Amino acid sequence: MIVLEKRPQPSRAWSMSTPLVAVLATMFFGGLLFAALGKNPVEAIETIFWEPLFGEFAFYYRPQLLVKGAPLVLIAIGLSLGFRAGIWNIGAEGQYIMGAICGAGAGLAFYPVEGWFIFPIMVIAGALGGWAWAMIPALLKVRFGTNEILVSLMLVYVAEQLLASVSLGLLKNPEGFGFPGSRNLQSYASAHNAELFEGTGMHWGVVGALIAVIFAYVLLNRHMLGFHIRLTGEAPRAAKFAGVNPARLILFCLGLSGALAGLAGLFEVSGPSGVVSIDFNVGYGFTAIIVAFLGRLHPVGILLAGGLMALTYIGGEIAQSQLGLPAAAIQVFQGMLLFFLLALDLLTNYRIRAARKEVA
Amino acid sequence: MKFTSLLATAAMAIGLATGAVAQDKTKVGFVYVGPVGDGGWTYEHDKGRQAVEAHFGDKVETVFVESVPEGPDAERVMTQMALEGADLIFTTSFGYMDPTINVAKKFPDVKFEHATGYKTADNVSVYSARFYEGRAVQGHIAGKMTKSNIVGYIGSYPIPEVIRGINSAFIHARKVNPDVEFKIVWAYTWFDPAKEADAATVLIEQGADVILQHTDSTAPQAAAQKAGNVITFGQASDMSEYAPLPRVSSIIDNWAPYYIARTQAVMDGSWESANTWDGIGPGMVEIGEISDAVPAELKAEALALKDAIASGEYHPFTGPLNKQDGSAWLAEGEVADDGTLAGMNFYVEGIEGEIPQ
Repeated sequence: MIVLEKRPQPSRAWSMSTPLVAVLATMFFGGLLFAALGKNPVEAIETIFWEPLFGEFAFYYRPQLLVKGAPLVLIAIGLSLGFRAGIWNIGAEGQYIMGAICGAGAGLAFYPVEGWFIFPIMVIAGALGGWAWAMIPALLKVRFGTNEILVSLMLVYVAEQLLASVSLGLLKNPEGFGFPGSRNLQSYASAHNAELFEGTGMHWGVVGALIAVIFAYVLLNRHMLGFHIRLTGEAPRAAKFAGVNPARLILFCLGLSGALAGLAGLFEVSGPSGVVSIDFNVGYGFTAIIVAFLGRLHPVGILLAGGLMALTYIGGEIAQSQLGLPAAAIQVFQGMLLFFLLALDLLTNYRIRAARKEVA
Repeated sequence: MKFTSLLATAAMAIGLATGAVAQDKTKVGFVYVGPVGDGGWTYEHDKGRQAVEAHFGDKVETVFVESVPEGPDAERVMTQMALEGADLIFTTSFGYMDPTINVAKKFPDVKFEHATGYKTADNVSVYSARFYEGRAVQGHIAGKMTKSNIVGYIGSYPIPEVIRGINSAFIHARKVNPDVEFKIVWAYTWFDPAKEADAATVLIEQGADVILQHTDSTAPQAAAQKAGNVITFGQASDMSEYAPLPRVSSIIDNWAPYYIARTQAVMDGSWESANTWDGIGPGMVEIGEISDAVPAELKAEALALKDAIASGEYHPFTGPLNKQDGSAWLAEGEVADDGTLAGMNFYVEGIEGEIPQ
């Protein structure tokens, strides 16, 4: 008989190593899956993890890792602060959309004027858009005690409808022959979030993500507010006695994660994507939840997890075209990662022991 | 060194290195918006790809990536194909337009073919099919078959291609049945079986006994089958697994001849940027077998309409036609020009509701 026994203290060693073990388990079972599909598992795993970093065309894929990883990290950092305090913002996707709409809208309002001041205004508008969208669940929770998980999630679908509406109306490209979608910001120099150094993939969103990582690290480790966030998550009653104001904490965490998600949307729409279109959002807001947990809600962990997720996306595409793996197999592979992480998490708090049979 | 020139150099270096191989093998890439098993739009494009493989055998190598989101991800997939030595890349969804143009700039020696868009370049062609011709036949059958006089229409996105289809179907349904009404639901997706099934169910609950769809899955067919006494038409693909009822006919996109011709052109070095818009006549649009659920007389009428369109004798947008607001559009006997059709953003007179904007 095997029994689970609760550890007196959560194991620090397991807590640190589960992400790594989860990745290895995913590689192993993913390999089995690929083998079952009739592909060489070693080649498939190598294509996904090695090719983008060190393969023949790594000079193109490495910058793409930054492009794909930056929005994930930026959003996940914001989410992790709330998650630590037990405040669950599930609607980052909606805040991401609103940031893109507000930011792009602010930029397009100036079209065709050129000026250095336009991009900073867009950045502020983008952050405000995401912030305002997150304030809805925050205020409802503080005022009426509504559940922020449901409200923030439902607002994603509202944001998607708004996105469709502005793509077809307010922000529609007047020179687009009646097709939906805004002007392409890539061809509007003042509003274009171009690469800072050509060929590096380094755009303002990447810079923003790195700043957010440092900011979150300092906040959590050096600042009273960070202490309050951790305290609220770990010991809510103690937090109350320590004088933490829960309402203020809710407003801060939801507001900040909304603003960061909004920024991610703005950097994406003004850079890699270029246009506000009906299909602008591709799920960064939801994937970021995985990234936040994969990174143990720790800023540095999130940075690494964001990179890993980006790697599986890009490597997965290469595996599709080179090896003919179906897209669904790649998605299962990514799903396995979260599954193993959560499953192995058990070992942080429990240990597996062989139970001895005892004679009564 | 600039990044674009770096890419071009790399592409050239590969071109040189594999020059000998490239001569016997032409590499053709396909970027799909849905899964190849969607049973509709992407499925037919992939059949076109398989036809290219079957036709050229060893002389060609094809690669594809499915379910690629429209945006930066599409740009990366195309770049990756070009880097890996593709000579010709088909990008098969409207939302791939700007990404296609961006990547084409970086790889002047690679040919690109973008489906359903309007932006061309020296190495970018656009191609589409005159689906509205098939919609005319559908509208005719729908108008005659409906008993409730309510036809449900599942729209994907309110873009000209979809609006054109609605107008064409409506004009021909009204022609044979002055009492017919269209109820239109916008799904804002090309492929989402759950959303499409919901849309079909809502329309059926509102009394529709004919469902037309401009989305790619077979979910509306299944919903209609479940409801019973509702007829449907296959979209993009024959969807014959739902024949004879609810599916009574279909519009089939046949991309194979075009894909084979364009691949041949790349092999011959005769490829040129073009704007292709073919219909029933050249065979890019086919009408799937009209099932026995349709009375023989009506079937004959529908086939006659199809033949008239194929021969060019009849154009589905022939006046007199008014716009929804009652203003005149086409005079008696006047035929719509391609420019207006390509950018169509209005309903014809008689359709209820507004185009979302």
